[in-house]
Amino acid sequence: MSAAQQTGAAESAALFEFLLRMGDNALILGHRVSEWCGHSPALEEDIALSNTALDLIGQTQLWLALAGEVEGRGRSADDLAYLRDGLDFRNVLLVERPNGDFGKTLMRQFLFDAWHYLLLKALKGSSDRRIAEIAEKASKEVAYHLDRSRDLVIRLGDGTAESHRRMQDALDDLWPYTGELFMGDASDTAIAADGAAPEPASLKASWDELVAEALTEATLKAPADGYMQKGGKRGVHTEHLGFILSDLQFLQRAYPGGTW
Amino acid sequence: MSIEWPLWEVFIRGQHGLNHRHVGSLHAPDAEMAVNNARDVYTRRNEGVSIWVVRSSDITASAPSEKGPLFEPSNSKVYRHPTFFDVPDEVGHM
Repeated sequence: MSAAQQTGAAESAALFEFLLRMGDNALILGHRVSEWCGHSPALEEDIALSNTALDLIGQTQLWLALAGEVEGRGRSADDLAYLRDGLDFRNVLLVERPNGDFGKTLMRQFLFDAWHYLLLKALKGSSDRRIAEIAEKASKEVAYHLDRSRDLVIRLGDGTAESHRRMQDALDDLWPYTGELFMGDASDTAIAADGAAPEPASLKASWDELVAEALTEATLKAPADGYMQKGGKRGVHTEHLGFILSDLQFLQRAYPGGTW
Repeated sequence: MSIEWPLWEVFIRGQHGLNHRHVGSLHAPDAEMAVNNARDVYTRRNEGVSIWVVRSSDITASAPSEKGPLFEPSNSKVYRHPTFFDVPDEVGHM
């Protein structure tokens, strides 16, 4: 292999990694949110959450289809979603956290949406046209997700004593999982050098501002940035991912190639 | 929980329609959330470009018991319907 070929291979490996991260975040959070279907506290919320889940699954298809194309081994979005093992998943730990109560689900959604929104906004200017196009479509959906989760976090945080307590508990519990969103590695640096995506750390200041503003209005207090959990981005997951995948992948594992 | 939320009537302007049409109702704690909920419940299939919501309790309705006095008098006034004009052939189907 020539030096140029090696560089090319390293670049597409970094791109593949990035696309898996985008797709897996959307897939795992979409699955988590879909677990509420039929269980939400009100019919209107039930439909709203299902819409969010469906938006995320739709985005998963775009990211993972492109990942398969970049990888060049003939794997489709479905192959990547249904036939990879936990160690090959690249989602951040935040999105695999259990739903908990409604407040916890909404807080997780808000913390993720704020990051997702900022990232997609930056990706609209990606040097890779395919990434920019997906970001263009997804950012409209995510702007609404953020609108909604932010609104509900404020209402519940600044609501009754009970709703305030639950939202503060959720925030304290999830905060250590937010750091991973902004941690970069060699593959992030390679992608950023190409102008395909921003360095994760570059989104931190805007995210802090966006989140702080909402939390102040919600009368909630963010914990100090202490020890942050990490690992998902490189395939080291909590035990929760295994349970998610056994639900998500059961059909294709039990009946390979099955369609309906 | 939704029992404590007031009821809202939802009106949606379709992609090509001119008027907002009543599409149904839903529960929400206030107007802003009623619009959000209407977006999620009633525009999932690209039905609209604009949403109105109004508190159901703010609607004044005619009483069903007055149906006779209100509507029957117009039954016998066929001349109010524009059915007595000869439509020129050139106009075609109306």
